Amino acid sequence: MARTVSTRRKTLTTIAAWTIGIVIFFPILWIIVLSFKTEGDAIKTPLEVLTSLWTFESYAVVQERSDYFKHFTNSVIIALGSTLLGVLVAVPAAWSMAFVPSPRTRGILMWMLSTKMLPAVGVLYPIYLLFIQLGILDSRIGLVVVLMLINLPIIVWMLYTYFREIPGEILEAARMDGATLRAELLYVLTPMAIPGIASTVLLNVILAWNEAFWTLNLTAAKAAPLTAFIASYSSPEGLFYAKLSAASVMAIAPILIMGWFSQKQLVRGLTFGAVK
Amino acid sequence: MRMKKIICTVAATFLASGVANADTLTIATVNNGDMIRMQGLTDDFTAKTGHSVEWVTLEENVLRQRVTTDITTKGGAFDIMTIGMYETPIWGKNGWLVPLDDLSAGYDVGDILPAMAGGLSYDGTLFAAPFYGESSMIMYRTDLMEKAGMSMPEAPSWSFIAKAAREMTDRDNDINGICLRGKAGWGEGGAFITAMSNSFGARWFDENWDAQFDTREWSDTLNFYVNMMNDAGPAGYATNGFNENLSLFQQGKCGMWIDATVAASFVTNPKDSTVADKVGFALAPDNGMGVRSNWLWAWALAIPAGTQKEDAAKQFIEWATSNGYIELVAAKEGWANVPPGARTSLYENANYKDIPFAKMTLDSILSADPNNSTVDPSPYVGIQFAAIPEFAGIATEVSQEFSAAYAGQQSVEEALAKAQALTNDAMEAAGYR
Repeated sequence: MARTVSTRRKTLTTIAAWTIGIVIFFPILWIIVLSFKTEGDAIKTPLEVLTSLWTFESYAVVQERSDYFKHFTNSVIIALGSTLLGVLVAVPAAWSMAFVPSPRTRGILMWMLSTKMLPAVGVLYPIYLLFIQLGILDSRIGLVVVLMLINLPIIVWMLYTYFREIPGEILEAARMDGATLRAELLYVLTPMAIPGIASTVLLNVILAWNEAFWTLNLTAAKAAPLTAFIASYSSPEGLFYAKLSAASVMAIAPILIMGWFSQKQLVRGLTFGAVK
Repeated sequence: MRMKKIICTVAATFLASGVANADTLTIATVNNGDMIRMQGLTDDFTAKTGHSVEWVTLEENVLRQRVTTDITTKGGAFDIMTIGMYETPIWGKNGWLVPLDDLSAGYDVGDILPAMAGGLSYDGTLFAAPFYGESSMIMYRTDLMEKAGMSMPEAPSWSFIAKAAREMTDRDNDINGICLRGKAGWGEGGAFITAMSNSFGARWFDENWDAQFDTREWSDTLNFYVNMMNDAGPAGYATNGFNENLSLFQQGKCGMWIDATVAASFVTNPKDSTVADKVGFALAPDNGMGVRSNWLWAWALAIPAGTQKEDAAKQFIEWATSNGYIELVAAKEGWANVPPGARTSLYENANYKDIPFAKMTLDSILSADPNNSTVDPSPYVGIQFAAIPEFAGIATEVSQEFSAAYAGQQSVEEALAKAQALTNDAMEAAGYR
């Protein structure tokens, strides 16, 4: 029998959900508001900010001073490249863990996840030296590899969760019909896991797009993505809030729009396998 | 046929050498107004030399971390770095920077203000050329000072400042008598309190590198600061740095502000400041002990050792820190916008003398001596810092303890005791004690 929910409870839940939503979204909304103000107005009290003149001045300055499209292109290549490379490595890994588990599988998964707890700065120097030796400092390929490695535990975990939902008998049937391992992965497993792979890709593109430690430390002028573009507008001496806000809006807009259109897949991806 | 071949070869060689000589320089810099202006004028450098420039602009702390990583690993990501007076002597001593001892005669090294040249040298050799220099001074509201029935001397004492701050405070109208840095960070609140402590006779270390936070001088400094700020400072001053105070001053909420001389152009700019026509300037205060509380700093351009483009990098530094560049900025954006505090001749220029803060900036810079910054002798060079590699880490922690005291989370005595212990521990671990 369906549980009845009172109108009062529904109203309270709706108000609570909207309140939480507004609180979470407020910083982004305020950044958008400040981006349309002059530097002088951006530092005023909130009421004065809202009632002051709206202008595109900061966007014009940012557009004139920085090469937005160069940073944008770098972000797209780095985020997509690292995610696709990660999926390529993670699919076989997740397959073996989900369908050919060993007594150590759980331990390996936990160990992979534990690497995410390592403070990044702890390995900055070794990785920096490696990049110098390999000649890939300030290169997009270098960042693609590093971000792939950083996000790999999450990709493997997410794909592993999906693959476990797929009945092993289907793969077994494919094998009995003579499918090779490659064919099994490519033509049987992957098509069935497309929704899971899609949400994994979406989430990791967002993570890679927003990554700001390695992208700032391993780049200079050539491979710098949008995180470096934002960082260039912060200043210790002088007013910069309006321009920084404009740069931030320009940097987050593409990923915000992508997230908006794919929110259904994202929520599904994040909650898949959470409730049994 | 043979002749044609020779001509072609000569022409190809000539063209190739032309292309090879045109380098692309990668320059790391901070997002300060003067630096941004320089980026906009880079075409002039390219037109004169053929070299092009790629800029990497970062926030000060990120830049410090980024260039330090690169120079210590000999990464070679940058051909020119924007660094300050703290890093230059340390990096110069380590051999990480190219000495700037062979700049061309036309550059006129002798014109660099002696205080700047001294702070950017190690063992008498210049390792970075100052792009702009600054000290600190008092910026005050002339109307509020008048309303308080007081008159600002050119060189006031701390007791005058504290009295004026309390007189100018008007809580009902949201006016704070004085705005000072309290934010944690060695370059933020740490820089201010260190410079202030010098005028109270305090110092970071004695001649044996023992911490001195257990002395009466440090207790006097911190208690004076906290009492004055509690009576006349803005709410939440423990988290205010340069930008927060700039914002407050420009909105007319500060009677006085003691901070970088470079702020003078911001607070007198009518486009952003509501009090642009009511600002006066004075030297940073003293306490009658012969040392004022102003600091000395320069943002300077240096070449990391190992760059493949040393000649082009030197050409750029000569261009950006020359008198010619100052004249270029003056012609395009006016004399108020030229990079200050680097060259003596700027302050002899009739056009620049009309700028209201020019004289006080120069006087402040000239009164700062990094080699004799404390009343009692100290083993370090530097005014708002001690030029040793360990200082940044130690001072960041110390300033966090001080900020906690400003916020009322602990007493001044507790903060000083913790600062004393952590500084001595760190200095012992580093082998100084």
